[in-house]
Amino acid sequence: MSSDVRFTDFKSDKQPTWCPGCGDFGTMNGMMKALAETGNDPDNTFVVAGIGCSGKIGTYMHSYALHGVHGRALPVGTGVKMARPDIEVMVAGGDGDGYSIGAGHFVHAVRRNVDMSYVVMDNRIYGLTKGQASPTSRSDFETSTTPEGPKQPPVNPLALALASGASFIAQSFASDALRHQEIVQEAIEHDGFGFVNVFSPCVTFNDVDTYDYFRDNLVDLEEEGHDPTDYEAAKEVILDSDKEYQGVMYQDENSVPYHEKHGVTEDMSEIPDGAPEDAMDLVREFY
Amino acid sequence: MVEDLNWAIGGEAGDGIDSTGKIFAQALSRAGRHVFTSKDFASRIRGGYTAYKIRTSVDQVQSVVDRLDILVALTQRTIDENVDELHEGSAVIYDGERSWEAEIPDEVTGVDVPLKSIAEEAGGAIMRNTVALGAACEITGFDVEYLDEALEKRFGGKGSKIVENNKEAARKGQEYVRENYDVDLGYDLETTDNDYVLLNGNEAIGMGALAAGCRFYAGYPITPATSIMEYLTGRIEDYGGHVVQAEDELSAINMALGAARGGARSMTATSGAGIDLMTETFGLVAQSETPLVIADVQRSGPSTGMPTKQEQGDLNMALYGGHGEIPRFVVAPTSITECFWKTVEAFNLAEKYQTPVFLVSDLAMSVTEQTFPPEAFDMDEVEIDRGKLVDDDEVDEWLDAQGRFRAHAVTEDGISPRAIPGTEEGAHMSTGLEHDELGRRTEDQDERVQQVDKRYRKVETAQEREDWDYREFGDEDADNLVISWGSNEGALAEALDYLEEDVHVISVPYIFPRPDLTEEIEAADEVIVVEANATGQFADLLEHDALTRVKRINKYTGVRFKADELAEEISEQLSAEVPA
Ligand SMILES: Cc1ncc(C[n+]2csc(CCOP(=O)(O)OP(=O)(O)O)c2C)c(N)n1
Ligand code: SF4
Repeated sequence: MSSDVRFTDFKSDKQPTWCPGCGDFGTMNGMMKALAETGNDPDNTFVVAGIGCSGKIGTYMHSYALHGVHGRALPVGTGVKMARPDIEVMVAGGDGDGYSIGAGHFVHAVRRNVDMSYVVMDNRIYGLTKGQASPTSRSDFETSTTPEGPKQPPVNPLALALASGASFIAQSFASDALRHQEIVQEAIEHDGFGFVNVFSPCVTFNDVDTYDYFRDNLVDLEEEGHDPTDYEAAKEVILDSDKEYQGVMYQDENSVPYHEKHGVTEDMSEIPDGAPEDAMDLVREFY
Repeated sequence: MVEDLNWAIGGEAGDGIDSTGKIFAQALSRAGRHVFTSKDFASRIRGGYTAYKIRTSVDQVQSVVDRLDILVALTQRTIDENVDELHEGSAVIYDGERSWEAEIPDEVTGVDVPLKSIAEEAGGAIMRNTVALGAACEITGFDVEYLDEALEKRFGGKGSKIVENNKEAARKGQEYVRENYDVDLGYDLETTDNDYVLLNGNEAIGMGALAAGCRFYAGYPITPATSIMEYLTGRIEDYGGHVVQAEDELSAINMALGAARGGARSMTATSGAGIDLMTETFGLVAQSETPLVIADVQRSGPSTGMPTKQEQGDLNMALYGGHGEIPRFVVAPTSITECFWKTVEAFNLAEKYQTPVFLVSDLAMSVTEQTFPPEAFDMDEVEIDRGKLVDDDEVDEWLDAQGRFRAHAVTEDGISPRAIPGTEEGAHMSTGLEHDELGRRTEDQDERVQQVDKRYRKVETAQEREDWDYREFGDEDADNLVISWGSNEGALAEALDYLEEDVHVISVPYIFPRPDLTEEIEAADEVIVVEANATGQFADLLEHDALTRVKRINKYTGVRFKADELAEEISEQLSAEVPA
């Protein structure tokens, strides 16, 4: 079936209610194209969405999907993947969802190296709650809850991932459509946790981290000849806070996903009609 | 002749109290005797008083009582803690060579056995508890060969040398008592040919989960729920499943929910603080109509309360926990066998009605080991009902005109079809937001009402279709009615032996939906509700159902009910005034 899947098959018939110009449009298009391009189809794909403007993506895409509670998308994705190693799992959400309320889960999903892709729409602001500081907001960024700026350094999600032992770290820009799609595709194809932080501008509440800002400042790692398998080089780029990069920063070529390490291969939805045949052994163990 | 024996070993945590007790319990079970164990432990790993108690009889035993016949005391504190339960026929086994001067009550027989020296002779001081077991066998006239079997089971994996040394240690303990003491306290521990299994409530829950086809479990360690996770780890893999130790309970329940969306029978368990964290996701489970079993093994709260002590204080949480109105089932096993069967039922209910099912157990049940004939867990009786799970062919019936799967279709019985990933044309989104039949967000008033009604209609359907029964014992025609839920059943059943009054006892395993007891309550002169909490959460429900006042017996010391104690309290209550 997958051979004739088109990216529009991943589109739902719900019209997005994102503000015109929101970065999430481009982010989503790239994700749908990447899914189709990597041979997936909606019936074999599970998308888990976070809460936020970004999390609405689950509504606008068509596949098996769950839109859960704020910050908990990664554990849900982990559960789906463990139960169904045969299913393509993609998790999506915002910077608040992933690096604030969900930061604990982020660290652990990364170190578990669950075989799924995680796309974070990083607009450096809380969109859905109308413009409060997010963990990636600049320290002098003025918002309704931080009139003089948060006065604390932003989280560097890439460094957080690296420190947690990530096997795939990438960054893309929603409006560089082709590069964004390619990068998400690589995350999907990666055997393990494919993490992509996407610059996805909020045109309503963030007038600093704008399309123009990213266009002017973005450095493409591919053009720079960056070798993502070189850990030291990756470290350097990731810790460089002076520039904004796009591309795959790090990829561990020997990555073994969590379910394989734990010998999980079966579709767990299949169970016998009654107790398993040798179940009485479970009882005899207590003699 | 005394046939019913209460034995205990006590000392400091880290003294091997638990494993020694378990070995003796297994030996008694091998001898075809019934066993009921209980544990006293503090929330610390080393140091602190800890005890393992065994009550054994040829008849079924299902409660602890206020009597101790043989006490193996490794510390003076052990004697002090239990002095009220010792009597004229009791013996205390202790090691006089140790640096403490055992203070034993006058009427009790002290049996001084150099446990450590004898153990060293047999191959190592570590076996001093085994020496004590040998000594206990001699005093009670119990055949040490049964002990051999239990030692083989316990140490077999560590090599024959260790097994042989332990057998030797037990023999030497036995001989020492025989040669140095002339005790005959009149015990006669009859043995039978019965083969019993010995297990605790958490093991029964784990076993029930495996039998029911649970393939995914995610949890975060917490007393007293952890042993469910420990049981499943190492066993669930045999069935192609997996256990994840999550980073916290928020994650655990969401992972379990994810696996359930994937189509696996999935479960999480926790207690106390953990259930609070999980509360966030209760509504999502119900709203997204995901089948999920959530076990709460209750302990003393609130906050971190008394983590190693008994309580049944979470009933209101299970019933009402979470914001908004959440359709759910609350099932509370009343015995260890029910821990198994109700777990199986919980998985069926969850899938049939696509709701969260709370399996509410408690600490007393989770750590108590009890003997049963293996047929009590007859796997042939296990039935699996996966509800309205549709396959590739059945999906068609549930597509709308545009070919979209109606995952939240409004149906007469309130139950919608369920398609799991991979089912062709079944792709759909589910959400914690209010949604239409397709799972798409809506704030439309009609659709909102339809979906809320639909979700509650599942509960109504279940109320009609399922058998929300209960257990009764005592005298069904008695004017006095005693009602209880959870693990108090055993103690209540035995309390009847001590009671002079005629009493009708009802033990209820279903909290929501629950059987309607209005008629029974109205017919009785006196109604007493027994529960291990301070406020009487179940009594509140029954008063509400029957529009009447009931008397209450509440215990919140952290210690489980004892049969003789309960009998006394019931007698007292029967002559007391009904509360205004
Ligand atoms: C437990 C909880 N707390 C708070 C909220 C309110 N809330 C909804 S979205 C959001 C932040 C969203 O920010 P982000 O993840 O950056 O997504 P964006 O809207 O910018 O795409 C918050 C705080 C919630 N839904 N749940
Ligand atoms: S508020 Fe910002 S993030 Fe939300 S839809 Fe509008 S532009 Fe996008």
